[in-house]
This record gives sequence, structure tokens and C-alpha cells, in this order.
Amino acid sequence: MNILVCITHVPDTTSKIKFTAGNTQLDKTGVQFIIGPYDDYALARAVELKEETGGSITVLNVGEAETEPTLRKALAIGADEAIRVNAFPKDAYFVAEQIAHQAKEKDYDMILMGRESIDFNGGMVHGMVGELLGIPSVSPVMKLELEGKTARLDREIEGGKEFIEVALPFIAGCQEPIAEWKIPNMRGIMSARTKPLNVVDAVSMEQRTETRIYELPAPKGEVKIVENVDQLVELLKNDAKIL
Amino acid sequence: MSILVYIEQDQGKIKNSSLEAVSYASALSERSGGKVSVLGLGTIAEEDWELLGQAGAEAIYHVADERLNSGVIQAHAHMIALVYQQVNASTLVLAKSALGDAVAARLAVKLNAGLVSNVVGLPELSDGFVVKRSIFTGKAFVDTAITTENRILAIKKNTQPIKTDGTAVTVEKLTLELPESVFAAKITGKEKASGEVLLPEADIVVSGGRGLNGPENWGMIEDLADSLHAARGCSKPVSDLGWRPHHEHVGQTGVKVAPSLYIAIAISGAIQHLAGVNASRHIVVINKDPEAPFFKAADYGIVGDAFEIVPKLTEAIKALKQ
Repeated sequence: MNILVCITHVPDTTSKIKFTAGNTQLDKTGVQFIIGPYDDYALARAVELKEETGGSITVLNVGEAETEPTLRKALAIGADEAIRVNAFPKDAYFVAEQIAHQAKEKDYDMILMGRESIDFNGGMVHGMVGELLGIPSVSPVMKLELEGKTARLDREIEGGKEFIEVALPFIAGCQEPIAEWKIPNMRGIMSARTKPLNVVDAVSMEQRTETRIYELPAPKGEVKIVENVDQLVELLKNDAKIL
Repeated sequence: MSILVYIEQDQGKIKNSSLEAVSYASALSERSGGKVSVLGLGTIAEEDWELLGQAGAEAIYHVADERLNSGVIQAHAHMIALVYQQVNASTLVLAKSALGDAVAARLAVKLNAGLVSNVVGLPELSDGFVVKRSIFTGKAFVDTAITTENRILAIKKNTQPIKTDGTAVTVEKLTLELPESVFAAKITGKEKASGEVLLPEADIVVSGGRGLNGPENWGMIEDLADSLHAARGCSKPVSDLGWRPHHEHVGQTGVKVAPSLYIAIAISGAIQHLAGVNASRHIVVINKDPEAPFFKAADYGIVGDAFEIVPKLTEAIKALKQ
């Protein structure tokens, strides 16, 4: 089983988000970067599948040199080799093109990633890669079991889940509870230092969208604390005009 | 340019988020021109079609193929691409949802389109085609320009009020072939709560946290939700502990909601939970701990025991609705 896991390098979920350079860039001062939480689930499931069936895991990120510690962490968790496509990830389509280009001659049995990145939240890259490679894409996947060359997936839908059967190869956007996050152990961290991390050039392409000016939401007003239910209902009715 | 809107149904009923998408397209057409066509796939209740005309549809197409009742991603994408070309569209509008996202991504490749998801407003057209979208799980926004001829916009819930003053349109039935290959990912079954208000679609959400001590105490949450015709949600620990199903988990790694009213009961308000609710118009927090961080993000709060307050609130709402 050869699995490609695509990961994002994103601010920790507790980060305070602010911008710089005339609100055209994220201010990275004091921000801790992590493997995208959804990608972390995808990686954890890939590691379990490898333990069950053997094979190899390649982890890929589209990013500049600063993302290498994040790739090393993925190697410490259990990936065998890493690819960094050396480019600033301009938008979802740009990233999808890079992944498809790397994957198309490699015959991966499956490509896993998170259902969405937690910075831009688009949830688009897996579907785009699926279409570019002409293979099925399924998201959000909360369970993934293998039976020979067939995968059985649970896909979350509004109010429940759908059961899906798909032949390899396919691509999935993953989410909890597909697996438990794995914390790298000391041996993993040591071996990650010597595992291959290949830096490759990006393929050039026409840009389809461009981000311009960032902004923060308007500050929240003071909370109105009330003493009892009648006062609350009164506010919901006459202040919020909801009931 | 013409605009195509892809609408979703849930158990045969057109989803409110899809009516918002049609209303968005109608408002967009007032700015940029272009006829608003709507495409529905699968079985859709007869009486729901008029809602589309009211929301601003000028032409309605329906492919009644029953295989499209469930979320077969590639089949939906294939069908939308055919109709998009047939109506000569240059913009596709749809509601952001689990299925909408999956379909939109494949379509971006098929149609050579620039795609923006989580759109929270109508475009500015003075310098290109620029839309605002929500990013960092609601913690920021960014203006994004689409530089391609074809565009896809996935609209975030509660961005556009549903229009109701449009005129009726006749539904045109289409019969289009689907190749076998689009059913490669085969749906073999489904498990779905029936009669529940869908969480991402809900106008009011009632959520419970670990402070409720156990799944056996959810009866009062259900009663309050029912009295408000609200969807039920929960915090991550509650879903992790198996007290409630995962599709009710609201937060950074769960469902992100944008209702008019979010009521948080016995939830402390970890930053990851807040990320899932920060797009709500109004937030009520009920918690016995006055220091609970959720109060800082709330509009209204009551400090006290949920087991006393929640049943009283349900009674008060029932009395109000009588």
C-alpha cells in the first residue's frame, strides 16, 4: 500500500490572527505553526494502514522552506519520505495542480489529506486533485477500512453518514474520528532526521484567484448578563428580535 | 453573462441555504446583469419549486434521475457541467455545504473556473470581480479577486436573506445521460436521523457541553431545541465521549454554524469551540461559572445552574408561542 498524505502548515488553533504589510499578509510574529488538524487525522490513519498492510507513506506539502519542520514532524509520526514543492501556496487550484503533478506518475494507492485547511477553510484541494487525476474523491471521510483493493468509507452528511465503497486508487478528505492523532516518540523524532525530504520545483500555471486585503471582524459588544429567564426572553424578543 | 445556481435537496425538500444561494444570484444579476438559471437534481417536492421563482430564479431545470438523490459527488459535478455549458453560464453559485464543496472543487477543474468558497458578501465590480470570504475559521476575512472568465462562488450560510417577491417560473425537465464512470464511488447505504432540523441549515441552534454530566441529561436540551424548532449541537468533548453523535459536534474540527441564534448550555467556550460559532448573529450563554470564557463572546448570558434554567426557558418559550 503506497499512500500519499498531503499536509498543510497552518497556525495553531489557539493563535490570535492578525495581519501586517497594509493587511496584505498574515503577521507570523509569535504564531506557532502545526500540521493542519484534519491532515493530522489523515496521516494517523495512513500510519495505521501501513502497520496493517505494509507499504510506504509519502508526505507532501506545498510551501516555502519554513514548512520543513512541519514535514519533519510528519516523518517523526510515521511517514517514510517527504516532498516539499517549493512555492508559496497561492490558492487551492495552485496547490491541487502541484499535488496532481507529483502524484500522476507515482501510482499511489490512495491520496489522503484533511477535509480542509484551517487557514483558508476552502475544502477544495482533494476534489480538484481527484478531477485532475481522473479518480474518485470523497469528503469528509470519518472512517476508512480496506478490503483488498476496495475501500469502505463513511462520509459524514448533514444529520448522519453515508456508506461508500470505492476501488483503489481514490482520494479522500479526512476528519475525526477516522483515527486518533499520533504523538511522535523519541525514536520517531530521531529517525525523522535522516529520512529523505526532497525539495522539488513547482510547475508554473495561470493564477485563478488572488487574495488582496485581509480584515478582522468588528469587535464584539459587551455581554448583557441577566438574572433570570424572563429577562432573557424579553431581550431575545425585543433586543435581538428573534422570538 | 448568465448565472447558474445549483440547489440541494434534503429528503426531497429544497434546502434553505440553496434558497439563499438563489437569492444571492438574483442580487448578483442586479449588479452585473445575466439571467439566473437554477438546476435541481434528484427527487424534489412539487410544492417547493415555486420557492425558487420567489427567490429570483428566471429559469429552472430539473434532472429527476433518482440516482442523484444521494450525494454522488462525481455524478452531480458531471451533470452541473453539462447544464452550465448548455445555458452558456459564466458564473456558478451554490451554497457551501459538505456536498457543495466536494462538487464545486471538481467543477473548478472541469470548467476552468476560479473558485472562491465561504463567500460572505456580494462582489465588488469596480476593480475586477472581488468577493469577501471568511477565513481562519471565522477569525478573519479576505477580499479575493477571481481573474478567470468562469467563476464559482460557494456562499456561506446567512450571507443573503431569502428573497420571496420573485415571480413563478415553469420547470423544464431535462434528460441527460450519465456515464457509468461517475458512479465509481458507490453509495451502499445511509444512516440519518429523520425529522431533525439539520445543524448547518438551522436558524437556531441549542448546544450542550460537558457540564451537563452525561448523555442521560440531554432530554432538556432536546425539549428546548424542539420548542424553538432548533437544531441540536454539542461541544467536542461531548462528541469524543460518545454522549452525542459526531455530526452534532460544533467547533473548529466539527460543524461550523452561522445561525441567527446560538444557545450554549454548560459549555465553557474553548477557542476551538468559539471558532465554530463566531458567525452566529446572537449568542446566549448559560453557565454556572461566571468566569467561563464563553461569556466574553456572548451577547446575552445567565450565570446559573443549567438544570434549573433550561426547563424554565423551555416553558417560557412555549408560553410565548401559544
